[in-house]
Amino acid sequence: MLARTRTFALHGVDALPVDVEIDIHRGLPAFSLVGLPDAAVRESRERVRAAIVNCGFEFPLKRITANLAPADLRKAGPGFDLAIAAAILCASGQIPASGLAGWWLAGELALDGSIRSLPGVLAMAERAGGSGDGIAVAEANAGEARLAGEAAVAALGSLSDLATLARGELPEPPASPPAPVTSAPLPDLSDLRGQPGLREGLEVAAAGGHGVLVVGPPGAGKSLAARRLPSILPPLSRAEAIEVTKIASVAGRGPIDGTLAGRPFRAPHHTISSAGLVGGGSPPRPGEITLAHRGVLFLDELGEFARSSLEALRQPLEDGSVTISRAQGAMTFPARFQIFAAANPCPCGHGEDSRSCSCSGERARAYKARLSGALADRFDLALRVEQPSAEALAGDPGESSATVAGRVLEARARQEARLGTGRTNASMTEAEMADHVRLDERGSAALAAAHGGMGLSGRGWNRVLKVARTLADLAGAERAGEEQIDVALSLRRKVAA
Amino acid sequence: MSACRECASRALLLAALAGHIDRAVDRRVGDRARDILALGDEELALAVCPSEPAKVLRRVRSAERHEALAGDLEAAGCWSTCRHRAPLPDALSASPAAPAALFGKGDPALLSGLVPERAATVVGSRRAGAYGREIARELSRTLAASGIVVISGLALGVDSAAHEGALAGPGTTVAVLGTGADRPYPRSHRRLYERIHAEGLILSELPPCSPTFRWMFPARNRLMAALAGVTVVVEAAERSGSLITAEMAIDAGRQVGAVPGPVNSWRSEGANKLLADGAAVIRGAQDVLDLLLGPGAVQVGRRGPPLGERELAALGAVEAGASTPDGVGAAAGLPFTRALAALGRLERDGYLRADATGALSRTALRAPEAGMGGGLG
Repeated sequence: MLARTRTFALHGVDALPVDVEIDIHRGLPAFSLVGLPDAAVRESRERVRAAIVNCGFEFPLKRITANLAPADLRKAGPGFDLAIAAAILCASGQIPASGLAGWWLAGELALDGSIRSLPGVLAMAERAGGSGDGIAVAEANAGEARLAGEAAVAALGSLSDLATLARGELPEPPASPPAPVTSAPLPDLSDLRGQPGLREGLEVAAAGGHGVLVVGPPGAGKSLAARRLPSILPPLSRAEAIEVTKIASVAGRGPIDGTLAGRPFRAPHHTISSAGLVGGGSPPRPGEITLAHRGVLFLDELGEFARSSLEALRQPLEDGSVTISRAQGAMTFPARFQIFAAANPCPCGHGEDSRSCSCSGERARAYKARLSGALADRFDLALRVEQPSAEALAGDPGESSATVAGRVLEARARQEARLGTGRTNASMTEAEMADHVRLDERGSAALAAAHGGMGLSGRGWNRVLKVARTLADLAGAERAGEEQIDVALSLRRKVAA
Repeated sequence: MSACRECASRALLLAALAGHIDRAVDRRVGDRARDILALGDEELALAVCPSEPAKVLRRVRSAERHEALAGDLEAAGCWSTCRHRAPLPDALSASPAAPAALFGKGDPALLSGLVPERAATVVGSRRAGAYGREIARELSRTLAASGIVVISGLALGVDSAAHEGALAGPGTTVAVLGTGADRPYPRSHRRLYERIHAEGLILSELPPCSPTFRWMFPARNRLMAALAGVTVVVEAAERSGSLITAEMAIDAGRQVGAVPGPVNSWRSEGANKLLADGAAVIRGAQDVLDLLLGPGAVQVGRRGPPLGERELAALGAVEAGASTPDGVGAAAGLPFTRALAALGRLERDGYLRADATGALSRTALRAPEAGMGGGLG
């Protein structure tokens, strides 16, 4: 007797369909599992046997062969339990096979037959929706599966519910409207007092999607500012929010309780390995840059990160994704994030001009060289800040996130009208820059003077132009003028002399 | 060209006794090095190495040792000269602190052409701030362009900025090393060393392959002081080796100048103290030229493009010590974006410079005379 059920395997952040085929023969009782299963999948046999028996079904004492197809796809984790158990019950005629024809099955079994939640259910539900069929998942996963919005979702408490589902008797849950894109309240920009430099840097960075480097002593509010960047970025669209939630789910950062994630903010420590940062391992798992997809990656103490880790960021920053190659094939993770880096002005943090600076000349020089080499050409904006004065700290709170976000949104709308949906000035190609970055006469003259006098490189020139374009967008101006060029020059990345 | 046997022996003796001399002067670097080096060969050997002076002397005077030296010189691409041979400059051979032999790398003609009236020694703190480095660079650039040879010691901070400044223009520069002339010290300045080798001259009183000890640096300072007509101290803290150089310049009958710094800056305490003690005030290359060649003999002068009100206010704030856009905005009373724009303008006009951390400092470029301004701001 043969039966077939359908489930998913996770590949990167995507779900790939897997067929579970069960053949039950007469012969010595045996249960074999083929189709490139890993250890957790092989152990599934024991869970399936116990769950079937403990839910009052009968485990056929015959020769059982389970095949997971396609056979060349490596399968990992306990997510195939439910589909295997269902196929055995169908093949042995204990539940009607026709009842499960319209359902994808995804869940891990406990020994008592109850169904446990899985990572990556949103990706599976999305894929199921694309096929027009429904998906049956653990009750704890049902909220997440419904976020996808298209597929019918059956919430199963145990294997007994599966039988009910197959008979078409499982009660439909009340239809709920698609979940709104909400997120936990973000820290507000009004906490940042008396730091006009940081505020300007944040606003320009948010408006144009530019990478930003802030250099200043401890206590200058660098981390405080970084954590407030998500609050002034435009809200995620529904599609973007689903992407972000999907990644969080695949990475096992649940439980996803039926609400979509907001813009992520990731702040890895500077001791992180390059695999931790960009993703790696076997099978490859998403790294910090993928977890920061559509959000902010905050690198505190940029000068202390291993050079190899920072170098690994280069390609993803360019491509918006990272591809990890293994012998079994390559896997691509999305990684379109905004980078916010902070650094102390010297190794001891006080700044070379301070008497309390304890760094030797050579050490300070080496630090500066490292800082100016770190991802040298990936920051459009750089800014030196200092500790706010006591009066400023005691003074009125500054503008709130909502006010600044309003201006950012307008500037982004102008960019999208020029470049297309979701695009920002930071992502302009050279051809687009030639089309869209127009300088007035004085602006061109200012930039020419900077090229001659300051030794601005070609890349440096392009970055100044992009930032000037963003400044003009924030000002609602058609062309960038001398004022915008000068401000962009002030905000450019400086390199060691 | 090479040093005579007697002078070369003296240099070899210094190298052979280097460790002993170091122990003799270690407590107060500088003071005693001068006195010790003024001793004759026998006295020196007896003073610092009482156990076996004769043996050391015999060894450094032996024919094998001199053959080995000739081999070392050739291998290192160096040459030697002494007070009995051209081209040791008169200035140096006349000085009581003159070295017996001098080892060089680079064009020997530069040494014979070196006259104190056409040379300035620029020294200062190894831990120089942006101010010190900028002034040293600009001062040396202008001096070198005016035909003055800039002499310094290849050290970190002011010294290397002085060499770089001199190499930036058409001028030439001489590095006097405490170690042998064959060895870039500090090692991180290898590239600068190579440039000076190619375009200028490297000097040392120690033969190639000498070990390195602390007393060699104050000893080197006396050569730098004697070679130039004026020694300029740019940024020196209270206890700085540059002050030893200034003292030695006075001993050698040379002039001493210092660049004034902020009175509340620890980096400039030494330089300001020199000024209080009567050193010449150096505000720029013109002051050095006036000291060397007589007031007004040669004119330098470069002023930047005119500035608007906003830029002048921002420039004033940087001159008063602000080094970040926030600080400039607050000090100049400008809204932040206006301050940013003013700073961008000032930087592209060459009035300001930003380092890798974004800290701003004033360049030596002078603002136009009042009344010439009224620019675009």
